[in-house]
Amino acid sequence: MSSTEPSESGPLYAAREPVFPRRVKGHFRTLKWVLMTLMLGIYYITPWIRWDRGPALPDQAVLVDLANRRFFFFMIEIWPHEFYFVAGLLIMAGLGLFLFTSAMGRVWCGYACPQTVWTDLFILVERIVEGDRNARIRLLRQKWNFEKIRKRMTKWTLWLLIGVATGGAWVFYFTDAPTLLHDLLHGSASAVAYTTIAVATATTFAFGGFAREQICIYACPWPRIQAAMMDEDTITIAYREWRGEPRGKPGVAGNGDCIDCQACFNVCPMGIDIRNGQQLECITCGLCIDACNEMMDKVGKPHGLIGYIALKDEAKERAGEHPTNVWKHIFRPRTILYFTLWAGIGIGLIVALFMRSPIDFNVTPNRDPLYVVQGDGSIRNIYTLRLRNKHGEDTTYRIFVTSEDREDHAPLKLSLEGQPGDTVTAPADQLYTQRLYIEAPAGSKMAREDRSEIRIWVEDVKGTDRAAAEAVFNGREQHH
Amino acid sequence: MSKKPTTKKQVETTGHSWDGISEYNNPLPRWWLWTFYACIVWGVAYSIAMPAWPIFASGATPGLLHSSTRADVAADIQKYADANKPIEEKLVATDLNQIANDPELVDFTRNAGGAVFRTWCAQCHGAGAGGNPGFPNLLDSDWLHGGTIEQIYTDVQHGIRDPLDPDTNPAAAMPAHLTDGLLDQTQIDDVVQYVLQISGQQADAAKATAGAEVFANNCTACHGEDAKGMQEMGAPNLTDAIWLYGGDQATITKTVEFGRAGVMPSWSYAPEGGTARLSEAQIRSVAAYVHSLGGGQ
Repeated sequence: MSSTEPSESGPLYAAREPVFPRRVKGHFRTLKWVLMTLMLGIYYITPWIRWDRGPALPDQAVLVDLANRRFFFFMIEIWPHEFYFVAGLLIMAGLGLFLFTSAMGRVWCGYACPQTVWTDLFILVERIVEGDRNARIRLLRQKWNFEKIRKRMTKWTLWLLIGVATGGAWVFYFTDAPTLLHDLLHGSASAVAYTTIAVATATTFAFGGFAREQICIYACPWPRIQAAMMDEDTITIAYREWRGEPRGKPGVAGNGDCIDCQACFNVCPMGIDIRNGQQLECITCGLCIDACNEMMDKVGKPHGLIGYIALKDEAKERAGEHPTNVWKHIFRPRTILYFTLWAGIGIGLIVALFMRSPIDFNVTPNRDPLYVVQGDGSIRNIYTLRLRNKHGEDTTYRIFVTSEDREDHAPLKLSLEGQPGDTVTAPADQLYTQRLYIEAPAGSKMAREDRSEIRIWVEDVKGTDRAAAEAVFNGREQHH
Repeated sequence: MSKKPTTKKQVETTGHSWDGISEYNNPLPRWWLWTFYACIVWGVAYSIAMPAWPIFASGATPGLLHSSTRADVAADIQKYADANKPIEEKLVATDLNQIANDPELVDFTRNAGGAVFRTWCAQCHGAGAGGNPGFPNLLDSDWLHGGTIEQIYTDVQHGIRDPLDPDTNPAAAMPAHLTDGLLDQTQIDDVVQYVLQISGQQADAAKATAGAEVFANNCTACHGEDAKGMQEMGAPNLTDAIWLYGGDQATITKTVEFGRAGVMPSWSYAPEGGTARLSEAQIRSVAAYVHSLGGGQ
């Protein structure tokens, strides 16, 4: 009889092991500094870029105007019914993540994810205030004396300031930034703005300062999905154990290149040892590569004991062969397919963006009643026209109607509720509603037929833009 | 692989046993029990704080908090009524013909007037104002009593032939020519053929010629010499394509034989000690709304 009971029955909860990433220098660290500056710069500066759109529209280049349900992105303005652009961008973001992960592993996690970028910034602040790894470990073990309180308070205050700046920048995307800043400083901004800043401050402070790698390990779904995205051609970070093992003092016969200095472990923001192989926690930030290369320089060994490598090359390297060219790993059917899908949707969105009619309207027929018999026997149909004026100024449009039926030459008569002519002036940046009347003369084919196709046209009187909508004209069916 | 038999702690049973199946006497889980006690405490506290115990003929105990959803609804209604007050006052102070020139009033009457219409008028005139047999279509070009906004307003205010309102529109009723002995059956058949003829429908020419004389002697007082109707009398145009009750031979015959007298209630009429069904602002709103449906003159 064999036992299937678990060997251990301890709690499922694992207490966090604090991580104290050591300072490191190298190519990947430099790349991360550059990307961090770039991304934080984009995040903080974007809401302050101005873009002139005429008097009635906001002059903020990037603005999510929730109150008026508009999205502005430089020359592009998206109305709620064009939300498919946002859906398209989200699909592109998803496919882009697939593409990069299948080609280069978790590069997003390692270099671009806000969690990584802000944690990096928080660790930088921590190091400036409290010192490097060893000093920080000492400080943690130290009793609460003046020095510890002073350092912790300084650090937390700086973190909190970063948090406020982060949450503060977030709300600027949703309303006019200069006005909001003024209101925020004078205490007259809306409660929603203050609440949003408070929530974003708290999450930034907690996620960047305390939760850190736990967000990646426990909260983020991406580490679970990435396994499906990666294959043996994916370039990822690995320890060349065939070169490194057995670890030990340099210069001793039989020892590999790894001197077991723990540098790779000490710099790791996730607190893992890359020498144990690929792990769920690894965000492929490349800092262990930098740390190891630094050490290899000191002991006079070649770089690359830890490096970016595809699984396929492992066998080749073990056999002493040359690894495959990196581009051959990247350009393979899978990544080409992802790229094609990604680019296809991108091109589709751009085409859709430029094919958007400058005149945007729809026509709803009145269904109760379907038609109205006028005194002279002509048949009137009633429609509601909803016209979106996307311009920054009031615009006048002419409305007219055409029939598709070549046999019926009786002219359709169009009139507008409350308007004498055939033009309407729609206020800037608004949805304008107009009731339309279309009449087919008594005895005409359209007046007699159940349904006829018509086209309702809207044209900009000043420009050459015009657009048509298909509609149905209901006649009075004759029963004799 | 076989499972290791688990040794269970001996649990007390109730002593009941059916077909060898005995009943465990496990205590309730502690968390469940505490939740249960908390619910009891909550229930008692709730019945003290909120209306809970029925009292014969006077509702229920009000509770310490004096909560009342009915009062909440009334407060909500009052809140919106207060919010509408300024624009309603403006509407009442504005000349009826000027409403269409004020975008704010147009917007208000379109919504408030539409709501009044769908609540009070749609039963007869239809939700889309397209009318029903006997109840006029308000979208077309034909008006029995006039299609200006003033006339629509007056007719909503005092109704048509409403016996309760002394100011009602007293439009003449169509007499019952057969039952009252005003015309005999032949004359009626002739005049119906004539009406069919002048409204552009197929008719017996010989009968229509005879009917023309009947018409001239009996109908012109209200419908006019040219049969185009008179709005002061509430008499419809008989030459056009619009028929209130129907333009076929059978319906016209019935109309001539038995008469017609449609009634619309007065909306400003208030019985002794009561209030009118619609306020002045509501009557103006619905008049402006109806006037803006396409038929307004």
